[in-house]
Amino acid sequence: MADRKKKFLQGNEACVEGALYAGCKFFAGYPITPSTEVAEGLSVRLPKIGGKFIQMEDEIGGIAAAIGGSLAGLKSMTATSGPGFSLKQECLGYACLAEIPLVIVNVMRGGPSTGYPTGPSQSDIMQAKWGTHGDHPAISVTPAYVQEILTETVRAFNLAERFRTPVVVLYDEIVGHMREPITIPAPGDLEIIDRMRPDCKPEDYLPYDDKYEVAPLAPFGAGYRFHVTGLNHKQDGFPTNDSKQIGANNERIMAKIENHKEEIWKNDELMLDDAEVAVFTIGSTARSARFAVLEARKAGIKAGLIRPLTIWPFPDKAVRELAKRVKAIIVPELNLGQMILEVERVSGATCEVVGVNRVDGEPITPMQILDAIKKYK
Amino acid sequence: MSVPAEKKEKVSVPFDYNKYLRPNKLPHIWCPGCGHGIVLKAMLRAIDKTGFDKNDICVISGIGCSSRTPGYVDFNTMHTLHGRALSFATGVKFANPKLKVIVVTGDGDALAIGGNHFIHTCRRNIDLTVLVFTNATYGMTGGQYSPTTPMGSQATTSRYGSIEPPFDACEMAKASGASFVARGTAYHTLELEKTIHEAIMHKGTSVVDIIDACPTYFGRANKFKSATHMMEVIEKDNTVNVKQADKLPPEKLEGKFLRGVLHKIEKPEYCEQYESIVMEKAKAK
Repeated sequence: MADRKKKFLQGNEACVEGALYAGCKFFAGYPITPSTEVAEGLSVRLPKIGGKFIQMEDEIGGIAAAIGGSLAGLKSMTATSGPGFSLKQECLGYACLAEIPLVIVNVMRGGPSTGYPTGPSQSDIMQAKWGTHGDHPAISVTPAYVQEILTETVRAFNLAERFRTPVVVLYDEIVGHMREPITIPAPGDLEIIDRMRPDCKPEDYLPYDDKYEVAPLAPFGAGYRFHVTGLNHKQDGFPTNDSKQIGANNERIMAKIENHKEEIWKNDELMLDDAEVAVFTIGSTARSARFAVLEARKAGIKAGLIRPLTIWPFPDKAVRELAKRVKAIIVPELNLGQMILEVERVSGATCEVVGVNRVDGEPITPMQILDAIKKYK
Repeated sequence: MSVPAEKKEKVSVPFDYNKYLRPNKLPHIWCPGCGHGIVLKAMLRAIDKTGFDKNDICVISGIGCSSRTPGYVDFNTMHTLHGRALSFATGVKFANPKLKVIVVTGDGDALAIGGNHFIHTCRRNIDLTVLVFTNATYGMTGGQYSPTTPMGSQATTSRYGSIEPPFDACEMAKASGASFVARGTAYHTLELEKTIHEAIMHKGTSVVDIIDACPTYFGRANKFKSATHMMEVIEKDNTVNVKQADKLPPEKLEGKFLRGVLHKIEKPEYCEQYESIVMEKAKAK
């Protein structure tokens, strides 16, 4: 019988379990509340399995070393929170353009600036997409339960390896520090994807070969002596000023995600089929929303919940379809209105879009969401 | 005409730089008179002497003129972000300690925007070789003053003379814990080759501060007559080999930079410490 251990874990500890399950062998980071338990856990576990853990001198060093570790062939991760996420943005863009697989965990706390380190927020949603300069692809996964932090961390590694791109695991402090009973999956329970490696002769290798949507990536030291740069580059990895090649490569790195949104999207739905009012939210707020929707149903209101586990790329197809058949979409979020901009963009004027917001370091309660739902009785 | 036997031995075969260059990536971007090409050649001869396989060598840089070096050399190469080369390199080395990692960086890249990474890399004593191309200039952006610009110097951002005291990269590296610290110049090219070779062969963080000249910006702004004039004044006359320094009176050393190996000690190396202490203890627990 497969060995599936039950454990009572904190969200950040589940992230450690997910990383190890996915095959993470390299972590570089810097201490920051409320994500530090991820680093602490991996500092104990990685050396036991021959993996590498290093605490760097700052947040930038943390992500830069993780990119280096990935390029040397190890599945790599870093973890942080708001202020650290800001500092990591330049390197995040580097990993997008240089197409280096990487997982970045951002446990969201109150902001802006140093903000409220031990208070929850969901105010880095837009930063996860737009934080680094220039046009670039973005994938972010948004777990809401401790078990889900494990499985979504595994999925984040799979997406990073599959698409040769950085993937952000985005959850709020509440989920990060909450303890819940979870099951550690047995080997084979969850799919594990490893990056494609080249099998051509070294002299034929093009690290950005456009005959692939996602070209194979050789680790440094395997005989493929190639060049990596943060400059716009040609298929051989060397910088170019040729506008045709710059344009083609920039469009390709976007398209490799855009063309596979169906495979990246993942939504959890509750009583949405006959819903007249839908709640769209993520993370701890989705837990309150679930309660609110169940209470609304008891009161005879046809409410439903859509909870994206992939916030980037934005689940526009699901929201567009939903908007056509509901009176309103309520968007509760622990910020002053970020996801709602996307919901409004996608739904157009087909239904009402209403925000429920909070930035005082306290969670959005089920009653706040229920009050918003009741207006559509 | 016959050549005497003893003389014949001294005739050396020209070094085949193409063995290590990516010829189709040339010409390089460096200006006429720039010292970086001389340093690159010394680096390649030093690498050749080590006998390491090209597949096992990584050359990693940040941003700036000198940081364009990796594009021209046929190794595993990475051109990273401004100031961050040492962190990327730490990741590569730590993930695969069998790789020989050489970081090529400028004085602005290593000592200003990357200063924090520089001191902590030295502190860890991870086995990286750091070649700092020190030309006292931000060349790529058009000649602003850098952390090694001498006080009073002209630059596009110090039109009234620089008022900032410069860093000494070697003092900083030594104080931060690097186990090998040396200085060379583009002028003393054979000595530089030897120094870089010794740095690469050293286990631990090895830093070589390499004084070379930027005639285009620093030279013109500070009224040097030519690139060779700069080399003579800044690299030849303003430096003394550390072995000769003992024999000279203090007044002859005033304001001069010492060349050669300035500091070399044996000290535990980071990746080895991780394997022998952290991994061993973790497995036993």
